[in-house]
Amino acid sequence: MSLENNTAREPVIEIEGVKKQYKLGQIGGGTLTADLQSWWARVRGKEDPNLPIGTDSRLFGKTFMALNGIDLTVYKGEALGIIGRNGAGKSTLLKILSRITAPSEGEIRIKGRIASMLEVGTGFNGEMTGRENIYMNGAILGMTRAEVDAKLDQIIEFSECAEFIDTPVKRYSSGMFVKLAFAVAAHLDSEIMVMDEVLAVGDMKFQQKCLGKMSDVAGQEGRTVLYVSHNMSTIRQLCTRCIVLDQGRVIFDGNVEDAIAIYMDTTDVNVVKYELADVPRMNSGAGKRLRVERLDFVGKESSVFAAGEPLRVRIQWRALHHFDAVNMKLNLHYRDSTPIGITHPITLGAADPGKLYTTEFEFDSSILAEGQYFFYLDVFERELASAVCLDKPAKEFAFEITNVDRAFPEWSSGWGRIHFPPVKLLSSEGSAE
Amino acid sequence: MTSNEQNWTTVIRPRTGWMDIDLKELWQYRDLVFMFVKRNFTTMYKQTILGPLWILLNPLITTVIFTVVFGSIAGLAEEGVPSFLFYMSGNAIWSLFSACITGTANTFVSNSGLFGKVYFPRLTMPIAEVMISFVNMAIQMLMFAGFWVWFYFFGQEYGALSLSPWFFALPVVLLLVMLLGLGAGIIVSSLTTKYRDLAIAVGFGVQLWMYATPVVYSFSDISAKSPILGTLIRLNPMTEPVLLFRNALLGCGTVSAGWLLYSAVFALVLLSIGVILFSRVEKTFMDTV
Repeated sequence: MSLENNTAREPVIEIEGVKKQYKLGQIGGGTLTADLQSWWARVRGKEDPNLPIGTDSRLFGKTFMALNGIDLTVYKGEALGIIGRNGAGKSTLLKILSRITAPSEGEIRIKGRIASMLEVGTGFNGEMTGRENIYMNGAILGMTRAEVDAKLDQIIEFSECAEFIDTPVKRYSSGMFVKLAFAVAAHLDSEIMVMDEVLAVGDMKFQQKCLGKMSDVAGQEGRTVLYVSHNMSTIRQLCTRCIVLDQGRVIFDGNVEDAIAIYMDTTDVNVVKYELADVPRMNSGAGKRLRVERLDFVGKESSVFAAGEPLRVRIQWRALHHFDAVNMKLNLHYRDSTPIGITHPITLGAADPGKLYTTEFEFDSSILAEGQYFFYLDVFERELASAVCLDKPAKEFAFEITNVDRAFPEWSSGWGRIHFPPVKLLSSEGSAE
Repeated sequence: MTSNEQNWTTVIRPRTGWMDIDLKELWQYRDLVFMFVKRNFTTMYKQTILGPLWILLNPLITTVIFTVVFGSIAGLAEEGVPSFLFYMSGNAIWSLFSACITGTANTFVSNSGLFGKVYFPRLTMPIAEVMISFVNMAIQMLMFAGFWVWFYFFGQEYGALSLSPWFFALPVVLLLVMLLGLGAGIIVSSLTTKYRDLAIAVGFGVQLWMYATPVVYSFSDISAKSPILGTLIRLNPMTEPVLLFRNALLGCGTVSAGWLLYSAVFALVLLSIGVILFSRVEKTFMDTV
């Protein structure tokens, strides 16, 4: 675009060699006595009584670079998307930019005020009315009373909450709450806006309204937007430039489509066997009483399936307790993490402690349009309505559906992800009229 | 392209230096301080029966108990003034101080959710707490004025009452007490990001500190009996403000300008230490809290 190559463009953020280091393990015992105890044990060469048993003390206190040398210049009027896997350093970067924590090394120079929305409705107080909260939230985000006064009508109108503006926000629905909070932030007079997936909430219509507002903010008002999201369609809609973070570094900086392609390439369709015993779990209770140890796509060399070809999957799992009814479902996502749907629960039956079970199942993928997908495995106890999670490995099992039907055109991304079976024709007659 | 290098409004660097407090920025956020104060009063007493009456009930009951226990039973308030007013005034200035400490001592830990999501000068929070304590005290002083007038006209048999010239020094002394409380409070809050022990100790510590201050007993009695103990008590920076407060409002006891200066210097030193510690902690406390 000609706008991007404009030589007169003015940098508003300059990031130079920014690093952020975290210590691994718990920092200190939390109480003075515990720290003294640890210190005394070290002095005498004894084992630290406050370390978890079995921790390798050499690893303890090791450091981890959440950001490992970021250099970046953001120009005025840009809408910069920041994407990357979990743990790539996106949130850390935003936290440093919004001055919640300081970097360990490097320097950031900023021109203008930064308004950060790392969470919707920060500082909202349920007891206060919508109007009072607008002033409160505005003040937290750095506006003066006079500035809020000047924008109050616009904010209330944008929030669509005019009727309830003098009601305490604890009586609001969560949607109204979000709308009000977004309205305040979007009307700030700050030159730079930093947002962390806040658009993931609110109803569809309002989301579009927010995106529209953000585009205006960047395009017409000449302000700068930094936006982190896992939702590629909002990145596409909003951003003019995009960076990809991986392991604390910028691995790509440039146009949005290329960035998304690079981000998605990290999903691997060539793996057909997964060892899961040591993979982290999605929640803390998972994998304790029952553990899935292995998953593989049966009889495949790559997890690429022709449209209509059933997915045959084998899992091996071990129960450590007795269960009357173990169930399982698959949570399907498109490769950009958009949820597609879940399968009907698969009943695996009762399980006894210590036994290793091998389960094979087949999943009919004919409804999925061509493209890359992944699923999560979710093993649970009892009915779906009162399910207790037993195991949910934090692993994306990727697969690809290809179109073999030459007569059918290439799938358009605007068509969604579901390829419904043909509609049953009941009648179709011509008449003389 | 980078001709306007000097125009940066903010430069973020690793934590360095001793004094990183940006007073100009703090001033820009003054509306936020008032919002915090207002929020406290609009939300504190919602869904309570007595509502803001609690601001008065608490000191009233404490004064009655002090009067009965320390005044009538132990006989510690022999200054020739109504002991009820003696205790009410002592309690008022002491609760201002203790509210300043306890209100600010938990700044980081109890606001970590908010601090973790948005930046604003962290010092606005303790400053708002101090102002809240001051407003509470001002409301209590209205009640005190009512009792004072009653004792002046109808309660002569309980003791004589007069205002002293120190009355005009009250604004300065109240400020001094608030700065002292703020200083001590932010020191504790900075240290509690790592060691939670202090948060527990602070309530107890403040209570002990009260007994080292002539709040429930008369200072002239003690220093007459033992001049050394008197000097020791005066080393406590809260002693002289309490003595002045009572002298100004009730006309009892004496005030030493020298010891007052000592308290003022003490308060400023403590506040400086507090601000330095606070500014060192505020930048990275999110990583350790």
